[in-house]
Amino acid sequence: MSIDLKKATFRGYKRENGRVGVRNHVVILPVDDLSNACCEAVANNVKGALPIPHPYGRLQFGADLELHFRTLIGTGANPNVAAVVVIGIEDGWAKRVADGIGETGKPASFFGIEGHGDLETIRRASHKAKEYVQWASELHREERPLADLWVSTKCGESDTTSGIGANPCVGNAFDKLYPHGATLVFGETTELTGGEQLVAARCRTPAVRERFMAMFNRYQEVVNRHKTSDLMDSQPTKGNIAGGLTTIEEKALGNIQKIGKKCMVDGVLDKAEVPTGPGLWFMDSSSAAAEMVTLCAASGYVVHFFPTGQCNVIGNPILPVIKICANPRTVRLMAEHLDVDVSGITRREINMDQAGDKLLEMMLRTADGRLTAAEALGHREFVLTRLYESA
Amino acid sequence: MIHFVVHDEGDSVGVVVVEGVKASQKLTGWIMDQDREIKVRAQSEIPIGHKLAIRALAANDTVIKYGVDIGRAVAPIKVGEHAHVHNIKTKRW
Repeated sequence: MSIDLKKATFRGYKRENGRVGVRNHVVILPVDDLSNACCEAVANNVKGALPIPHPYGRLQFGADLELHFRTLIGTGANPNVAAVVVIGIEDGWAKRVADGIGETGKPASFFGIEGHGDLETIRRASHKAKEYVQWASELHREERPLADLWVSTKCGESDTTSGIGANPCVGNAFDKLYPHGATLVFGETTELTGGEQLVAARCRTPAVRERFMAMFNRYQEVVNRHKTSDLMDSQPTKGNIAGGLTTIEEKALGNIQKIGKKCMVDGVLDKAEVPTGPGLWFMDSSSAAAEMVTLCAASGYVVHFFPTGQCNVIGNPILPVIKICANPRTVRLMAEHLDVDVSGITRREINMDQAGDKLLEMMLRTADGRLTAAEALGHREFVLTRLYESA
Repeated sequence: MIHFVVHDEGDSVGVVVVEGVKASQKLTGWIMDQDREIKVRAQSEIPIGHKLAIRALAANDTVIKYGVDIGRAVAPIKVGEHAHVHNIKTKRW
């Protein structure tokens, strides 16, 4: 089978701002750790409402606070989300988040707990959540062109088979999507260490290259400032090492296979920044799986390619995470977590072109509504990136 | 049958892609970029996903994979020997 991407379409939810989602979530979003209990209570009251609890949002300041708001607003603004109920300990920041989400035109309301208490807040927010869920249930999917699909990638618990099969499979799919106007992103700044020159060479313009290298060098300085060893067991992780990866350079060269052989890096993004056009973007980001995938969702990506070797079981509350694996042992032991088996590459049974097509076929099925393994298993990892200590 | 995969013919190491490789086992490798096969005898058990040397390396030699520097040998490594954290280290951190 070979997919004709010129004619390929998917059935998505067209949102008020023109963006297209592949899921139709009504999110109950806490601004801060204190509001998690209310959000979870609302989601218990209203079937189909999705709470996204997290541990932060208090006494943050400066760039770290801006990133917090950008990530929360971006999550609510993501086209996989139909409507949002925001709950905060007080009205001010809750309103700021709801207003930011509301700029997309989608329904977003906020509730502050102070002056009301949890029970009254839960009562009021539950009424709004019920209204949103019933409204969203009458929205329908419509046929959309491939260019409306924003696809992110980040790998995890990689091993040597990631570089042989799963990552170049994503690269093959990216090379095929790129000419069709898809909006793509990769990141994991420290995990390019040893291969940064290869990414720099793929940057579209000298200005993009300069910004990429500035981001790369800044992150190296963070590692050098805080390291107490050669980072063994952290980067590469213990799982990477168990899977046969020995050095950060080896891991990075496997990682970089995800951007294929042809597509160029058209621009760079700060964490959770929204891209301004189609093409392949680099996002300066952590290499920790849930942090990076959370940032991709906040940037507006609607489908995620997650190649793995030893099998990171991560998912995301709003972004379907498609797992791709080329390790025959992992496929044998952990199949319930995987969506696309490309272990045939290691046996020379399929070539990379066929593997890429297999992934694209699963991408279209996922966009049309098929639940990923991570969704079916209830994985909803939502991890906010912090830049420094709270005040 | 393919027992290990090599990215590029200039590489120092290949990756075992089958379970249960034993010492002295004769292994067939597939060099992906040049699409040809090579034979190496394993010097020890090597787990799936782990590397074996396909070229002899001396201590401080650069280890090449994907045609690129992935670190340095910190002990001599014989052809067919398990190549991992006990005999290869990063040059970066």
